[in-house]
Amino acid sequence: MLLDFSRIGLCVTLAVSAFSAHAESVGDPDAGKKVYRKCASCHMVGDDARNRVGPNLNNIIGAPAANIDGVKYSKALKNAAADGLVWDEAALNAFLEAPKKYLPGTRMSFLGLTKSSERADVIAYLATYSDSSIAPEAGFSVSPEILAMDGDVAYGEYLGSECTTCHLSSGANDGIPGITGWDEADFVTAMHAYKEKYRDNSVMQMVTGRLANHEIAALAAYFKSLGN
Amino acid sequence: MTINRRKFLGATVAASAALSAPMALAAGSGKPRVVVIGGGAGGATAARYIAKDSKGEIDVTLIEPTRTYYTCFFSNLYLGGFKEMDELGHSYGGLAAAGVNVIHDWAIGVDRDSKQVTLAGGAKLTYDKLVLSPGIDFVDNAVAGWDVTAQNAMPHAYKGGSQTELLKAQLAAMPEGGVFAMVAPPNPYRCPPGPYERVSMVAHYLKANNPTAKIIVADPKPKFSKMALFQEGWANNYGGMIDWVGEEFGGGNVEVDPNGMTLSIDGEVVSVDVCNVIPAMKAGKIAEIAGVTQGNWAPVNAADMSSKADADVYVLGDASQQGDMPKSGFSANSQAKVCANAIRGALTGSRVFPAKFSNTCWSLIDTDNGVKVGATYEATDEKIAKVDGFISSTGESSEVRKATYLESEGWYSGITADMFG
Ligand SMILES: Cc1cc2nc3c(=O)[nH]c(=O)nc-3n(C[C@H](O)[C@H](O)[C@H](O)COP(=O)(O)OP(=O)(O)OC[C@H]3O[C@@H](n4cnc5c(N)ncnc54)[C@H](O)[C@@H]3O)c2cc1C
Repeated sequence: MLLDFSRIGLCVTLAVSAFSAHAESVGDPDAGKKVYRKCASCHMVGDDARNRVGPNLNNIIGAPAANIDGVKYSKALKNAAADGLVWDEAALNAFLEAPKKYLPGTRMSFLGLTKSSERADVIAYLATYSDSSIAPEAGFSVSPEILAMDGDVAYGEYLGSECTTCHLSSGANDGIPGITGWDEADFVTAMHAYKEKYRDNSVMQMVTGRLANHEIAALAAYFKSLGN
Repeated sequence: MTINRRKFLGATVAASAALSAPMALAAGSGKPRVVVIGGGAGGATAARYIAKDSKGEIDVTLIEPTRTYYTCFFSNLYLGGFKEMDELGHSYGGLAAAGVNVIHDWAIGVDRDSKQVTLAGGAKLTYDKLVLSPGIDFVDNAVAGWDVTAQNAMPHAYKGGSQTELLKAQLAAMPEGGVFAMVAPPNPYRCPPGPYERVSMVAHYLKANNPTAKIIVADPKPKFSKMALFQEGWANNYGGMIDWVGEEFGGGNVEVDPNGMTLSIDGEVVSVDVCNVIPAMKAGKIAEIAGVTQGNWAPVNAADMSSKADADVYVLGDASQQGDMPKSGFSANSQAKVCANAIRGALTGSRVFPAKFSNTCWSLIDTDNGVKVGATYEATDEKIAKVDGFISSTGESSEVRKATYLESEGWYSGITADMFG
C-alpha cells in the first residue's frame, strides 16, 4: 500500500481527537441543519451557494484554509493557512467552539457553539456538502494500524467483483458513485464508516458488515490500481 | 501473476503423466475448454469473468440463441413508461472483445459421459467444464386453461423482449375502465418482487391514461416479497385501483379461458381485457436434458455452484437450487463470479477464494418512489445460507425513496456493464 504521509498524519490526529469524542457525540446531519441556521446569515452551502459575507462552505471538510479565490480573508486566517491549516473535523471543532480564541484576529464575528454535540452535528451537516469521496468522515476515523495494512490486490480483485455489480469499473457515476483510483486511506476510512454505520446506506452497510480489515485493505489496493 | 500461472501450467503439462493435475485438456486444443449455455445474468457474467481473468489460458465458448439480450430487470419500468425497450437491449460484442467465442444457437443436447454439447445447428462442442445458466421455463398445466400456445392471448412477459412488448401493447389498447388481470406464480419463481413491481407500474400507467380501469391479482400465496411496502404504496398512490386476492380468498384456485378472455377465481368468473399469466416455473429445459435436475430445479454445491450430479457441470442463476438466495439477476451475477473463480482455479491452478454471495432487489412503486431489499450469503455444506439483510421501511421520506430509485438506475448500469463488458 502506498502511504500518503500527509493523510496519515491527518488521520492520526483525527484518531486521537475523534476516538475520545467518539462514544458520546457522533454528529447528526439532520440536527446539524438546524444548528446551521446560526451560520446561514453569512455562509451559503449547497447547490448555487455563493460567497456572501463569508465564503460558501461547499467542500469545506478537509479543505486547506482560505483557499477560495475572491474572498476577503483576515490576515490571521491567511497566516494560519500559510502554516498549513486544513479544515479537518478537529480544526473545525476547535474553531467553532470559540472562533476568536482559536484564531485571534478572525473576521468571523460569531461567539461560538459551546455544546460539543452542536458542533459535531453542524460538522456532520457540512460534511453532506463536501465531496464524500475525499472528505474525512466527520466524527469518524480508523486506527493508523488499519490504515497501514497492506492490501492483497489479487484478493481485492476477487472481492471487488461484488462491488462491480453496482459500481462501474470504468469509474463513472450513473447513479452510484465511482470507486476507482481513490486514495487508499480514504477508501479504507469510508468502508469502515459504513461498516460501523456512521455512513448511511443500507446496501453498503450490509456489504461492508462482513468485510474483515485485511479484506477492506485488499479492496482499497485493488480499486486504487484501476486508476481514475 | 501471469508469470506464476504460466510456470505452473508449463510444469504441470510437462509432468502431466505423473501428476493427477487439476486440469483436463480438450483433445486437439492446448487449452482447457469451458462451454457456457445461456448468455443471461449468470452465463454472460461467468463467460466474461473466466475469459477476462484467465487472460487467454482458457478457451471460453458461450451458446446463446438471441443476438440481443433484453433484460427482464427494468422491464416493468418499460411497462410503466420509465424506460424504452431499446435501453433494455444488450449485444454480445463486449463479450467477444473480452475473448469469449460467442455462438448464436440453441444447445439441444448434453452428453456428460463424453463431455459434449450438441447445438441445434448440428455442431458438437467438447468441454472440460460446462456452465448452465438457461434461466426458467414454465411448468406444464400450472394454470388451468393456459399453455405456451396461449401466450399471445395471455402473455407471461416473464422472459425479456417480445413478450414484454406484447403486454405493453395490450395494456395501451385496454378499453376505458377495463380490467387488467394478473395470475401470480407460486414460490419459488424468478424475481420475488417482480409481479408486484409490475402491478405498481401497470397502475402508474393506467392512473395517467385510463384512470377508471381496475387491476385484479389472483395470487396462490398468502404473502409476498416487500408486501408491506407495496401495499402501502398502492394505498397511497393508486387508492382503490388494485384488488389483490391472496390464497385465503381462493387466489390459488384459478382457471383461464384465453379465447373468451375470462378468468375464474375460486369459481367466480371475471371478464378481463388483459390477462398476464405468470405460471409456476422450473429450470430451463436444457438443465433437465443434461440430467442435472431433481424435480423442477438443479441442486448445486454452495461452495462453487457445481451440480450435485456432476462435478464438471455448474448451474447458475434461476435454474439452480442453491438455498436461500432469491432467483434474481443480481444473485445470478453474484453466483457467476464465485463459479468463475472456482473454474479458473480448477483449470489453471489460479488462486481460489472463499465463496461470497450477495443480492439486492430494487423495485419502483411510483415516480421517484423506489424501495429495496437485500442480503448477504455464505456457502455452508448444505446450501447457500443467508447471513444478514435489510429492507426499506414503510413511511420513508420522499428524498430517501428518490435516492433509492437513483441508486437502482446506477445498479442497472453497473450490472449490465459487469455482464457484457
Ligand atoms: C419482470 C421481471 C423483473 C425482474 N427484475 C429484476 C430486478 O430488478 N433485479 C434482479 O436482480 N432481477 C430481476 N429479475 C430476475 C432476473 O431477470 C433473472 O433472475 C435473471 O435473468 C436470471 O439469470 P439467468 O442467467 O439464470 O437467466 P437469464 O438471464 O434468463 O438467461 C438465460 C439465457 O439462456 C438462454 N438459453 C436458454 N436455454 C438455452 C439453450 N438451450 N441453449 C442456449 N441458450 C439458452 C436464454 O436465451 C437466455 O438468454 C426480473 C425478472 C422479471 C421477469
